[in-house]
Amino acid sequence: MPDIIFQSTKHFWPEITLALTFIAAMIFEFATKKRTTGTGILVLLGLAAALVQLPSAPSEPVSIFGGMYAIDPFSTFFKYVIIVTGMVVVLFSFQSQELKKESGHTGEYYCFIAAVTFGMVLMTGSSNLVMIYLSIELVSITSYILAGFSKSLRRSSEAALKYVIFGALSSGIMLYGMSLIFGLTGTLDLSGIRTALASGHAVTTGWSFAALMAAIVLMLAGFGYKVSVVPFHFWTPDVYEGAPITITAFLAVASKAAVFAVMIRFFYVAFFDNMLASTGVYSSFRNVDWSMILAVLSVLTMTLGNFVAIWQDNLKRMLAYSSIAHAGYMLMGVVVMSNFGLSAIMLYFVMYFFMNLGAFYVVMVIADKIGSENIDDYRGFGKRAPIISVGLSIFLISLTGLPPTAGFVGKLFLFSSVMASQFIWLAIVGVLNSVVSLYYYARVLKNMYLREAPDGDESPIVFSKVTSAVVILFIIPNILLCFFYQPVLTFAQRSIAILLPGL
Amino acid sequence: MIPISHYLILSAVMFTIGCAGVLTRRNAIIIFMCIELMLNSVNLTFVAFSAYLGDSAGQIIVFFVMAVAAAEAAVGLAIVLALFRNKKSVDINDVNILKW
Repeated sequence: MPDIIFQSTKHFWPEITLALTFIAAMIFEFATKKRTTGTGILVLLGLAAALVQLPSAPSEPVSIFGGMYAIDPFSTFFKYVIIVTGMVVVLFSFQSQELKKESGHTGEYYCFIAAVTFGMVLMTGSSNLVMIYLSIELVSITSYILAGFSKSLRRSSEAALKYVIFGALSSGIMLYGMSLIFGLTGTLDLSGIRTALASGHAVTTGWSFAALMAAIVLMLAGFGYKVSVVPFHFWTPDVYEGAPITITAFLAVASKAAVFAVMIRFFYVAFFDNMLASTGVYSSFRNVDWSMILAVLSVLTMTLGNFVAIWQDNLKRMLAYSSIAHAGYMLMGVVVMSNFGLSAIMLYFVMYFFMNLGAFYVVMVIADKIGSENIDDYRGFGKRAPIISVGLSIFLISLTGLPPTAGFVGKLFLFSSVMASQFIWLAIVGVLNSVVSLYYYARVLKNMYLREAPDGDESPIVFSKVTSAVVILFIIPNILLCFFYQPVLTFAQRSIAILLPGL
Repeated sequence: MIPISHYLILSAVMFTIGCAGVLTRRNAIIIFMCIELMLNSVNLTFVAFSAYLGDSAGQIIVFFVMAVAAAEAAVGLAIVLALFRNKKSVDINDVNILKW
């Protein structure tokens, strides 16, 4: 037994570093009251320390801690996305005026960012239902606190209340699905579930088959809630609007990446191959067409996200709906469940990281300056703050998916992976949805460049050099990745190896 | 010996009551109680299956679920308290500045 633990710890150092960062940041925060920036820097260093250990992860999938946790290229890829997002969010937070109003607590805020990053990293590798549940709860409970962090703001505590109620409901539903799966297969281990389903003893009679279907629908509802898939999306706009904007950006990028990783692992390891075979249980699985159910969810998600976004006046809320739509696009890659589809999702997450964080950053600095996130207040910005406006334009064009931006390449690969698996109609719906999204993104551009400021005010709004530099730093990858995406694509294609039993 | 179906039906009924309570009740505190009911019905399912299958994993996850439920309730009540300070109400219908 100690042998297993020592062997496993060897591969577990990035996670241990993150946990230690959280503890160290808390102690530091208690020891030195009011030195909030110090806590932030400590967390930043901890995240960087975890990041530099990732390249030394084994290139072959390894199962550690007796099958509880998997270290494979697939999870490592998502760990990169999550930890880098965490670092960027910490850097954004140093600049945020909204958080400065909560002086005295901001140190705790950085501690929680370390904790939530730790939870997300655990999610990417969980290969046992207990681990999946615990890591999802670690992320959820910490994000409830972070969403309600601006205690004096009513909208923030309101967002947190909605988040905690719906979040607890969805994890209850997911847990019920897990209990049914445990009862039917007799194991909590994902590869054990696969073996039990493959041997067929779990699902023989009509009743237990119905129970298995119910269990998977319940699990799907739980995962769907966390990535805000329609019809489980209703919390997303409220929470994204009410939470501090740094946290909104974090939830929109890192939390989505983590849940996609755990969802793909769950379906892929426990059910995927079974659907392809044609004997016993497999054929009954084929009666219920999972890819069709996921395809319908994906279409609903992107259509609703895009159409409701048209009516939004608050840019933060519009980006929330746009992130729902993007969850729909990424779900298309899960629908096809091919190597091409998985690498397209991973490529898309890299592009999504640059365009979404850039857009949220601009919304944050503008809100700090003019105290509003309303799209109408952006009138005349093109003249008054040229660099910021060009940046926001490029990020929004990238989110639409037009060339020459990173978003175009992301969407191109996603749609072609769907077409390669004969889901032509799904790709067409996706393209039509991108056209709809152009309408509401272009509305922001129209306000910035074609409309005069309401009171004819043309005095330039001065942003600090740091702000302009950060915006330019985000513009560069958004343009460059359109032409030089090959290294990222190669990395994504090398990272699709998921741990399977028998390896 | 009581057959397992009795336990499963009981827990399914409890789960449904809890779920319906979350969706229909308007008081935030009662909603949290309903969520506890849902989690406890899940615990009952796990324990019943665990005894039926002779596999202790189902009982171990129950401990984790109880611990997490306590943490969730603590955070939830703290958030309700923060909202009450701003708003002087725990009624869900008053939580309405963010919509559409």
